[in-house]
Amino acid sequence: MKVLLRNPRRELEVPGPKRVHRLLEDLGINRESVLVIRGDTLVTGDALLDDSDTVEVRQVISGGAA
Amino acid sequence: MKCRRCREPAIIELRRHNAGFCRDCFLHHVREQVKRTVEDMDMIGGGERVLVAVSGGKDSLALWDILRGLGYDADGLYLGLGIGDYSDESGRVTRAYADERGLKLVEIDLRTEFGYDIPTGSKAARRVPCSACGLSKRHLFNQAALDGGYDVVATGHNLDDEAAVLFGNVLRWNTDYLGRQLPVLPGGDGFARKVKPLVRLGEREMAAYCVLTGIDYIVEECPMAVGNKHLGYKEALNAIEEQSPGSKHVFYHGFLERVQGRFLAEARAEQAELKPCASCGAPTSGEKCAFCKLVVLATRDST
Repeated sequence: MKVLLRNPRRELEVPGPKRVHRLLEDLGINRESVLVIRGDTLVTGDALLDDSDTVEVRQVISGGAA
Repeated sequence: MKCRRCREPAIIELRRHNAGFCRDCFLHHVREQVKRTVEDMDMIGGGERVLVAVSGGKDSLALWDILRGLGYDADGLYLGLGIGDYSDESGRVTRAYADERGLKLVEIDLRTEFGYDIPTGSKAARRVPCSACGLSKRHLFNQAALDGGYDVVATGHNLDDEAAVLFGNVLRWNTDYLGRQLPVLPGGDGFARKVKPLVRLGEREMAAYCVLTGIDYIVEECPMAVGNKHLGYKEALNAIEEQSPGSKHVFYHGFLERVQGRFLAEARAEQAELKPCASCGAPTSGEKCAFCKLVVLATRDST
């Protein structure tokens, strides 16, 4: 599967099948700080991704101190 | 995973609610949380005019969208901070959002109207960029609301923002800040009322709201904020949240319900001492307000 990441923008090829929470664990990403986007919708941690999937792992943390 | 409300397949899991939601039920959940917050905390009265501070980020655009969806009379306010490509892009998405929906967007450009921008001004004034930015925003949001005849300024601070600020204030026992850390700051004596209707929603929920409703927002982080303390506090709190879902909610809302009142007297005493700034008339504890001092320092080297 193709995994898109931002800040910095990069693309990884990860072998499937794999559940979303396992993918995040393998990438060392805290699931509270991201959304996993497939097409125009989101996928939950228990969703199974396969080799044909393209997902974006988008960080949601932002902001200055104001 | 199934949706808690309708039992259709879920698209998002909210561990602190121990629940999954489908698209429609999730959007219903977000709108209900905002509606309840606004009503329970008396944030906006019937017929009042609201000015939403919009940055082009997920929280403020979603807030504007939700308040209008709930029927509030809400215009947008965008501040041009002059942070290179980041500001160009944030201005573009904000204008596009407003234009596509025929909404009124008030714009203030720091460089054009006050002669400085955040990168150069903060350096000249020897302030951390986030501090110069926050100070400029607080002053200009308030001024724009008073000038435009708005009753309320609404900002997109969410549960994560407020929990991180609280964490920082507690670490240093900033009791004066703790006394002012409220989701509603009343208006009067030179201040417009300030409200934070997203304090029951996390950043993940706000980003999800934008993705699911097709709101284009600026995903990239502000280059001036990268590596700041506030982001570090958020990461620390998320590490706790991952182990113990609901911790951020209990930390912040427990503070509001059980602790915040202990610091109110100090904040009220400070507020009672305020008098008009000799230069702009905004309430201040000194001769000149912090914003006017910043403008002098930020523009002293310019010709």
